[in-house]
Amino acid sequence: MMASSYTAKEEDGHHSGSAAAGGPGSSKSKKPDNTAFKQQRLPAWQPILTAGTVLPAFFVIGLIFIPIGIGLFVTSNNIREFEIDYTGVDTNSPCNRCSQTYSWNISCTCSVPFSLEQPFESNVFMYYGLSNFYQNHRRYVKSRDDSQLNGDKSSLTNPSKECEPYRISEKKPIAPCGAIANSLFNDTLELYYIYPNGSRTLIPLVKKGIAWWTDKHVKFRNPPGNNDNLTITFQDTTKPVNWHKPVYELDPNDPDNNGFINEDFIVWMRTAALPTFRKLYRIIQKNKDNMTPTLPRGNYSLEIAYNYPVRSFDGRKRMILSTISWMGGKNPFLGIAYITVGSVCFFLGVVLLIIHHKYGNRNNNADIPN
Amino acid sequence: MLRRRINLLFGGDEKRVDSRTIYVGHRPCPATEAFIPPKFCDNRIVSSKYTIWNFLPKNLFEQFRRIANFYFLIIFLVQVIVDTPTSPVTSGLPLFFVITVTAIKQGYEDWLRHKADYEVNKYPVIVLEDGRSIRKESEKIKVGDIVEVVEDETFPCDLILLQSTRDDDTCFVTTASLDGESNHKTHYTVPDTEKDLQSLNATIECEQPQPDLYKFVGRMHIYKTDQEPAVRSLGPENLLLKGATLKNTKKIYGVAVYTGMETKMALNYQGKSQKRSAVEKSINAFLLVYLCILISKAVVCTTLKYVWQSQDGQDEPWYNEKTQKEKDTYVYLKMFTDFLSFMVLFNFIIPVSMYVTVEMQKFLGSFFITWDKDFFDPEIQEGALVNTSDLNEELGQVEYVFTDKTGTLTQNNMEYIECCIDGFQYRNSDSMSELDGFCVTDGPVSKLQQKAGRDKEELFLRALCLCHTVQVKEAGPDEIDSDQVDGLVSELSQPDEQRGFIASSPDEVALVKGAMKHGFTFLGLENKSMKIRNRENNVELYDLLHVLNFDPVRRRMSVIVRSKSGETLLFCKGADSSIFPRVRQEEVDRIRMHVERNATEGYRTLCVAYKQLSPEEFAVADAGLRDARLALQDREEKLMAVYNQVETSMSLIGATAVEDRLQEEAAETMEALQGAGMKVWVLTGDKMETAKSTCYACRLFQRGTELLELTVRTLEDGGRKREERLHELLLDYHKKAVQDAPPVKAGVTRSWSTANQEYGFIIDGATLSLVMNPSPDTNSSRYKSLFLQICQNCTAVLCCRMAPLQKAQIVKMVKNSKGSPITLSIGDGANDVSMILEAHVGIGIKGKEGRQAVRNSDYAIPKLKHLKKLLLAHGHLYYVRIAHLVQYFFYKNLCFILPQFLYQFFCGYSQQPLYDAAYLTMYNICFTSMPILAFSLLEQHIAIEYLLDNATLYREIAKNAMLKWGPFLYWTVLGIFQGLLFFFGVKYLFSNPALQDNGQVFGNWSYGTIVFTVLVFTVTLKLALDTRHWTWINHFVIWGSLAFYVFFSFFWGGIIWPFLKQQRLYFVFANMLSSVSAWLVIILLILLSLLPDILLMVFRKPRGPHARQMKRRLPSSGTSTIFMLSQTTSTHSFSWSD
Repeated sequence: MMASSYTAKEEDGHHSGSAAAGGPGSSKSKKPDNTAFKQQRLPAWQPILTAGTVLPAFFVIGLIFIPIGIGLFVTSNNIREFEIDYTGVDTNSPCNRCSQTYSWNISCTCSVPFSLEQPFESNVFMYYGLSNFYQNHRRYVKSRDDSQLNGDKSSLTNPSKECEPYRISEKKPIAPCGAIANSLFNDTLELYYIYPNGSRTLIPLVKKGIAWWTDKHVKFRNPPGNNDNLTITFQDTTKPVNWHKPVYELDPNDPDNNGFINEDFIVWMRTAALPTFRKLYRIIQKNKDNMTPTLPRGNYSLEIAYNYPVRSFDGRKRMILSTISWMGGKNPFLGIAYITVGSVCFFLGVVLLIIHHKYGNRNNNADIPN
Repeated sequence: MLRRRINLLFGGDEKRVDSRTIYVGHRPCPATEAFIPPKFCDNRIVSSKYTIWNFLPKNLFEQFRRIANFYFLIIFLVQVIVDTPTSPVTSGLPLFFVITVTAIKQGYEDWLRHKADYEVNKYPVIVLEDGRSIRKESEKIKVGDIVEVVEDETFPCDLILLQSTRDDDTCFVTTASLDGESNHKTHYTVPDTEKDLQSLNATIECEQPQPDLYKFVGRMHIYKTDQEPAVRSLGPENLLLKGATLKNTKKIYGVAVYTGMETKMALNYQGKSQKRSAVEKSINAFLLVYLCILISKAVVCTTLKYVWQSQDGQDEPWYNEKTQKEKDTYVYLKMFTDFLSFMVLFNFIIPVSMYVTVEMQKFLGSFFITWDKDFFDPEIQEGALVNTSDLNEELGQVEYVFTDKTGTLTQNNMEYIECCIDGFQYRNSDSMSELDGFCVTDGPVSKLQQKAGRDKEELFLRALCLCHTVQVKEAGPDEIDSDQVDGLVSELSQPDEQRGFIASSPDEVALVKGAMKHGFTFLGLENKSMKIRNRENNVELYDLLHVLNFDPVRRRMSVIVRSKSGETLLFCKGADSSIFPRVRQEEVDRIRMHVERNATEGYRTLCVAYKQLSPEEFAVADAGLRDARLALQDREEKLMAVYNQVETSMSLIGATAVEDRLQEEAAETMEALQGAGMKVWVLTGDKMETAKSTCYACRLFQRGTELLELTVRTLEDGGRKREERLHELLLDYHKKAVQDAPPVKAGVTRSWSTANQEYGFIIDGATLSLVMNPSPDTNSSRYKSLFLQICQNCTAVLCCRMAPLQKAQIVKMVKNSKGSPITLSIGDGANDVSMILEAHVGIGIKGKEGRQAVRNSDYAIPKLKHLKKLLLAHGHLYYVRIAHLVQYFFYKNLCFILPQFLYQFFCGYSQQPLYDAAYLTMYNICFTSMPILAFSLLEQHIAIEYLLDNATLYREIAKNAMLKWGPFLYWTVLGIFQGLLFFFGVKYLFSNPALQDNGQVFGNWSYGTIVFTVLVFTVTLKLALDTRHWTWINHFVIWGSLAFYVFFSFFWGGIIWPFLKQQRLYFVFANMLSSVSAWLVIILLILLSLLPDILLMVFRKPRGPHARQMKRRLPSSGTSTIFMLSQTTSTHSFSWSD
């Protein structure tokens, strides 16, 4: 790729005549060592970038990047994604009532009908998305106690100062403490397929496998004690202010998904990078027979237990259904970027080629100054 | 022996009024009414700066006085006090590291000093007390103690020599540890003191301590029981300095006059003033720019934060309530702390580590100079010496070179060539067989084969034998091989007399040897009488009555002797300009011709004159001299007046010519320097003709050079007032050299272009002082600027007849001229010290004139020829390296911090850091520091040989070219471009944070980690692209750093760290690597951010030896060499070639 010359400058072993004339006393004199390093003569590789050498590199990059880009673009386009906003800002939207008569205690349900134009094959991932929600705000990000979440007994009863003002409630330590935990997303989403005849069936949603494996198994741990009865473990603590139920009742049916190791909770605790984000909510497993699509085209109804207020800060709530490829969710950016960069490289290669051929020789001659 | 040269460094503080009185042996004196034992400091030497108790506070205080350290301390304190986004550790740890390392280094150095002090202070000495010798520790010596010193011991304090075991009341001393001169100097006992020191009753009055090693004035009152108190003058010849060593003398007794910190050695210990390099100034300028960027970033963020918060529900949404404390805080205070928080968040843009790296680069880099075997001189068995590493890069920026002539351009290895007696020329034949082997060569005017009268001849030769301060070295068998430095010549024509001559000036030795060749041998000085052997092998004795020392102002020296026949004679020798006005004018013309002819051939000439003193005249002179010597104040001035009075109306008897050969490769070196665009100025005390011929020999002046002369001679041509003539000439020359010269094209090489007329300028000391300090009525400043403009348009400038202070004056004038060019002074003698200290870079040559220049220099090299490599190769490389280092550091921190700044727009201006604290801390310390350090030590963008062969390459980096605003802007734009790319590239990727193939999403720490990974790789690979010289170290460090980053990230994220409050990065890096999209975006962004650089590199003119091979060598040397040979038509051509 690069023109390079390997000029191994060997140490010149010849001592100049005058140095030798220094006599026998010179051996212990302050004469500098004649080593390659000290004489700045280490063998060195001296690459030079010229039009001629970079040229093939540009072509190669172009030739590699454009196919990758096309591959990415196609992959991204093949990903099915459906997004629906259920915030209820519009007066005629089904959740408008819920969003307005909001109170933490009263659960409000609404259902949003939608239809899928195309069937969703393979596993379908259900996300909830929030907008204008600053999960990356500094006050928010630091408001957690990881050692409490890791099951540390002393942190359980004495949470970190960082959790303020969500540290102590009613003179009892909050578990899990902090603003992040306190604002856990608590809408419940259920999906019904509506048969053409009007009857509907609940689509099974899997709530495991949505959090990072390491988070679920190492980073988050329930406090030691009776694992079957988390109530006792958490007895000296209180629930976060905004929660309806304590942490040990997040999933009473499954002890592996209860308490701090509840996956919904873990997902929420991984703070998002940008104010508009999505988080994995449920997975819809593909059908065992593989014959029918996971979500066939047709009409669906999204049943929402509307608990989570966002309108106070101009937020939006979305539900997203998406299939996943090897590159993750749908994102045309990468494909376009690769195609662009590849083309630019290829174009530059052509330009360089022209320059190299047209001006290359003359350049060399014109090198003599003035 | 008295010093010939005045040390001008400390000159001028003679004005001390008060003196101190010392009671020898602490015995009260009858004359003084009351004996008050005076208080003086004890003999403890404290060179250490700290004690155990004050080390910490004092050292910390000194370190935080540095503006950069102070800045980081403030940042650290802000982090501790205010609730800031990053923990205090992130900036505290690097600061702590820097401070600790510096403190350890300084502490160690101080410990060494303590140890040395202890050794000196506890050294046992023998003190005479009440007739007994008592062993004492050196530190207990008090002023007035009589101290005994035996051979080869060093003097524990400054002593007045009272008694010596040598019969001639002298002792020999070497001051090698003081000024590096290893020759033996003779010191004299105070005359007529009693042999029994116990009964000596005397006081010494002397000046207060002052640092000049070669100045001392004092007076000794000796009280005898029944006589008037006798007064003896004391001079430097009576003073034995602490630190000097007694030689050739069994034992001496002396009385302590200055002790401890008041000794001249201790007073001289003060360090030199710090020189700052141009690069450092650039760094500070850039720092200011970045500080502005930093502050404006913080201001923008703070403003936007409050604008944003004023919207409904944004400041405190229900999910993110403030703590009670935050709610209570006063809003303006909150704004201020927000501002400080942003400052802290972005403070990494000015990294602590840059200072550390720059320091390390300079310190380690300077070793390459000491290690360079090309600088090793087999003759003196020494290589180059680096006294300060702060100026390495300045070597690559030199625009003006000021060089001394004697000993620098020339070897200062004097060889007697010929003499001229009474107008007849006597050239020394090579075969010195006959005793009167005068071989008279044909001078252009003198009569052939004729000699002066025999009387004149012998008078002249006697004058040569007597008028000097040379001493004969006794040929002790143990000393033959020991001291071979400084003017010692041990082998002479008479093999039976193994004698060497020791003199502080090699001219004198050459003259004495010259006289020897003509049959008059100087045998030595015994009991104040000089012995010479004349041609008839008879020994003649002369009483040495007075020595009127040489000094550079008078430029002559004299002796007054009395011959056996009772005649009192004054012999004087000196420069022609100082002798001619003092002799009878009719004699001058005959000799002037010879002198001038010799001078044009590049010889050093001295004129010899004599005068017979009548007893009355002598009595007057004797009294005058004695009075002046006893004077405590203004002794020098008084002596000078007497000297001038005595040395009048002499008869000129002849002149001598001594050859000073050119240094090896002097001409090549000068040519290379000129080729590199440097302007070479020769500043010499020598006379114009000699200096001019040396300049021709060095090819500073060439055939085409038109010489503009501004000397006393040209000034007196017109027969008008000097000022008028000066004005006229200056305007004339200015018109010629400045106005008529075609405008200099930038960067175009001038030295070989024949189209342009080249000018050389010659000025002498007298005229210079007219220019610099004109009489008040003339428009003074105009002369100076005219002079400067003319000089700047000349390729070479010769300033002759310069006093040492004038040399410094010239350097200062050029240094402070427009554009403040970088100046370099090179010299070898004490008279060059002032200009070495004045110039930006001072270079000392380890020559024959002692070590003063070396001690005061920034770099010392054995030979002039080494200057070429020092500047063209080392200087060039150091400059390129450090310039790249500085630019790179600012660049890499800009693209490090820019994403963090941009992130604020997406996190509600909440000062949320984008990167984890570990990354913030480690980025500059570990991940990106080593490659640039290795680069800045090893890079050779052009091979050293090639740099040496093509001096013009030096011009490419002239005027701080790589640190100008242009390149700075380029690097800044590059940093901004890459920072934008990193941030927005990853942001678009995160528009869908589901990046893993299992549908799971990434959070903010993954975002930061991806940006950071791209950043580390890009920044390191950018350096890899810039590296032209890949040694295994570069490979190791660059790839090692990247590997270390990956390894560290795995390790850091692989463990739940118990000491961390938040496990932010737990498995973030590993999860990132499991995502194909993340990989793809990392590769894409790295490539894209390097693309502009690659393109620029391709389109830029290719560099390096391969591309340059086509350049033919430019014709510069050939013609001038031939010219030189034709110029010096004399039989003695300059022997620079051997």
